[in-house]
Amino acid sequence: MIDGYELVVGLEVHVELATATKLFSASANRFGDDPNTHIDPVTLGLPGALPVLNRQAVEFAMRIGLALNCTVQACTFHRKNYFYPDMPKAYQISQYDVPLNVDGWLELPGGKRIGIERAHLEEDTGKSTHIGGTGGRIHGSDYSLIDFNRAGVPLVEIVGRPDIATPDEAKQYVTELRQILVAIGASDAKMEEGSMRCDANVSVRKPGAPLGTRCEIKNVNSVRSLGRAIEYEARRQIALIEGGEKVRQETRHWDETDGRTHTLRTKEDADDYRYFLEPDLVPLAPEAVWIDAVRAALPMLPRERRARLSSATGAPADGEAVMVVVERGQDDYVLAVASAGADASRALVHVKEAYAEQGAVPSVPAADLARMIVLETSGKLTSTQAKIVLAEIMANGGGDAEKIAAAKGFEAMDTSALEAMVDEVIAAQADAWAKYCAGEEKAMGALVGAIMKASKGKADGKAVTALLQSKRG
Amino acid sequence: MTELSNAVDIANAVRNGSVSAVSVLDEYLARIDARESSIHAFNLVTREQARTMAAQVDADVKAGRDPGPLAGVPIALKDNMCTRGVPTTCSSRILEGWKPPYDATVVTRLAGAGAVFVGKTNLDEFAMGSSTENSAFGVTYNPHDTSRVSGGSSGGSAAAVAAGFAAASLGSDTGGSIRQPAALCGVVGVKPTYGTVSRYGLVAFASSLDQIGPFTVDVRDAAVLLEAMSGHDPLDSTSIPQPALSLQGSLDRDVKGLRIGRIIDLPGGSDPEVEARLAESFDALAAAGATIVDVELPSMKYGLTAYYLIAPAEASSNLARYDGVRYGLRVDAADTNSMYMATRAAGFGDEVKRRIMLGTYALSAGYYDAYYGKALKVRRLISDDFARAYQKADVILTPTSPIVAFPVGAKVDDPLSMYLCDVFTIPTNLAGHPAMSVPFGTGAHGLPVGVQVLAPTLGESVMFQVAAHLERVAPGGAK
Amino acid sequence: MPDTPQARISPDTVAKVARLARLDVSSAEVDRLTNQLAGMLEHFADIDALDLAATEPMTQPYPLVNVMRDDVVKPSLDRDEVLAAAPAAEDGRFRVPPIIGLEG
Repeated sequence: MIDGYELVVGLEVHVELATATKLFSASANRFGDDPNTHIDPVTLGLPGALPVLNRQAVEFAMRIGLALNCTVQACTFHRKNYFYPDMPKAYQISQYDVPLNVDGWLELPGGKRIGIERAHLEEDTGKSTHIGGTGGRIHGSDYSLIDFNRAGVPLVEIVGRPDIATPDEAKQYVTELRQILVAIGASDAKMEEGSMRCDANVSVRKPGAPLGTRCEIKNVNSVRSLGRAIEYEARRQIALIEGGEKVRQETRHWDETDGRTHTLRTKEDADDYRYFLEPDLVPLAPEAVWIDAVRAALPMLPRERRARLSSATGAPADGEAVMVVVERGQDDYVLAVASAGADASRALVHVKEAYAEQGAVPSVPAADLARMIVLETSGKLTSTQAKIVLAEIMANGGGDAEKIAAAKGFEAMDTSALEAMVDEVIAAQADAWAKYCAGEEKAMGALVGAIMKASKGKADGKAVTALLQSKRG
Repeated sequence: MTELSNAVDIANAVRNGSVSAVSVLDEYLARIDARESSIHAFNLVTREQARTMAAQVDADVKAGRDPGPLAGVPIALKDNMCTRGVPTTCSSRILEGWKPPYDATVVTRLAGAGAVFVGKTNLDEFAMGSSTENSAFGVTYNPHDTSRVSGGSSGGSAAAVAAGFAAASLGSDTGGSIRQPAALCGVVGVKPTYGTVSRYGLVAFASSLDQIGPFTVDVRDAAVLLEAMSGHDPLDSTSIPQPALSLQGSLDRDVKGLRIGRIIDLPGGSDPEVEARLAESFDALAAAGATIVDVELPSMKYGLTAYYLIAPAEASSNLARYDGVRYGLRVDAADTNSMYMATRAAGFGDEVKRRIMLGTYALSAGYYDAYYGKALKVRRLISDDFARAYQKADVILTPTSPIVAFPVGAKVDDPLSMYLCDVFTIPTNLAGHPAMSVPFGTGAHGLPVGVQVLAPTLGESVMFQVAAHLERVAPGGAK
Repeated sequence: MPDTPQARISPDTVAKVARLARLDVSSAEVDRLTNQLAGMLEHFADIDALDLAATEPMTQPYPLVNVMRDDVVKPSLDRDEVLAAAPAAEDGRFRVPPIIGLEG
């Protein structure tokens, strides 16, 4: 809700599939190579070339549909006719009235479901580079250069229903979708590289009022921009309405540099695409056994992984720790640490806080982290000491927590007793502590001396120093 | 003139070493040199490539390797089939000079069977026409009377065989473009079942109607060529997954007991001599013990309308790629959109523009249901009519063309009367069935007449069986 | 449906269709094309009276389904050969005049 208006947002997300070859031909589907090095008669729309559907692309598209709870159905391909220099045949092969996947939903981490109208297969265009003029913009350029490496790359367009009510939900939707796509191996879904592209249909209305006129926002290149673009567009529309003007149905372009949307084209310019059934292809009707096999082979999805981690750790499924750890793919690791005998919630906290730079398969053996946590939860290490020991383990790619603790002298005295003692000395020597905290390293000597004296020499000097350092933060 | 006039005899002689492929080629090239200027069958004669291919065939024979069933057979290709490194123009300015970087599947297959390609033949631009007058590179004249058209759109391929410039040739047939010129030039022309011969590398006119097929001097040659070029191709999604056709065994089979369909509601307007030859063909089959049965095809009369909405619609999309960006003609302009408009206006001839306009209109918002959508339903009606007819008949006979070869220029200003030339051939393409034209006597001015044998989907065997019989009993003088 | 051939398609429609098809046509050509197309549409009116409500459209001559290929890379065409055949090329890419008025 912004200024008494409801937002109504539907997202259309295009994802490039992680196939080896293009949707209808056998040249490579690879990003970032020299221009026009992955071309063939079909890609270039040469006279006489004919498309043949890539089975793997269909399978990836089915995975997407099934992961989004869609019905996979018999479907057809159409030609969408329009002229553009990066569209080699002057038509795009897409799916029109009967797409592969229909009627699904995506659940946001908080539990809200966003409807999926359809997820269909189509081919990507080539890439135009505008030369001359200002800043590579199309307007005012002297000419353009076309690279067809991307032409014919398989895309799935995921058309969401307008169930999104806030910029944050839109960001959650795209983040969740990205994680699903990566989890099922269908796409690397990188918005920055363009392998995942998001258009937003935005309208506003007073609660209970009929749907407002929508604008389509294009060129949103990150999750953060998506939130900003929707927020900007909603406020722009509200300002128009409040100013007594009407919102025009149009396509708008998000400009990252000025943080605004700009008119790209109005509906009156809408082309007549003259869709008709692609006569060079035959219908696609995945057999039930194929659909079942694809469904059975789907990995656990992020939503299920969060639920599993949540129930193992007691942390909320949409809480930061669970979200972060699952996004990093480290939930299996946390569960392995727990099954090696450690407390799951402590494992979650340590992994969330210390493993940001680690991948889905951290370098530290799960058993090593588990032993450290056992020491911690049994009171043999304070939480502060635990962090120190873990840092040491991680620096070495593993290690025996007890030995590290012993080497650091954390065992010389009951750690909780030592910590209590340190706290007493800090309280008693407030002046020295304040100086130490202000950066006077000399003040530490007085503090350490007092602690050693109070412990009658039982405390380990290094451990005391470490404790003081960690308490200073 | 050589005594080796047909492909099978040439291939046998070359394979057994009694004649060299190079000497066969030389005879054909000599005939081209003597008469091509008055026929204009070719856009390009590929002399050097032909010599290389013929020499390779001879080397294979010498080395004891079998060059294949078309060893040393000089074959001409319609200039809408892609040939690697050899210009492929579709008789259009927009593709003038373009050299494909790949071979069509049929080209690969025939080359693999030992064929020797002598050249690329003229056609109506992008195969749109029935007279080969719509070529950007000039008319192809009928070898039987050079004041008359060769038919079309594969007029160059038909004329090349009729004039003895090639032992056989390939054409493409979207609404009769093989059969009609075959009839007008007095040669055999076959349009196989849709999906039998790969379309990969055939420059598309109307994708759901186009099929490649052979022109030959006799029915046996047509069978041999079709055997060599048919069979599943994984590069064409509409290719039927089955092995190559086997047809030679049907050629000598008795027609006794076959049911020959006569369409009782056949659209009228044919030349009386054409109707007379058709009647004689029925008589000849009946005399051989076949049964003539009456069949009805009540929707056939709507075929022309359905065809001239469906084919241009598909063509308007297929020809959109000629935009001056990647290959072919570009007329420079200040911006890309103006460049498109100028390039396409300059590159396409009138008939192609007319059909692009018609097809764009038939598909456009507000008109789709009234035109293209409705035409697809009429297509179904025609297909259903055929299905019922083929319950009663094994094959159906019609004239191939209602008229014999007409004078050059007689119909160029009246597109509709030109379209009517295809009235008997179009329904086959709509249904996806096979059909072939067999020379059967002569009509007005002593010009060749063709009888068309139609068969159901994959009914090539019985079609060739009947065609071979008609060939044996045809009135003399056509060839 | 209108009765006269000329009423079946207007010069404005013909001009609009020519723009859709990216064909530069003069006004004289528009008039000529209007007449020719109207004549054809008049002829094609023979199917207007057919009741086709219960008839399924036929889009494919032979009923195939699920024709797919394996996801195996084959070599690319040679870029230099392809660009040599292009009307204009630069820097390994196809060159076109400024792209204006085409978005969509």
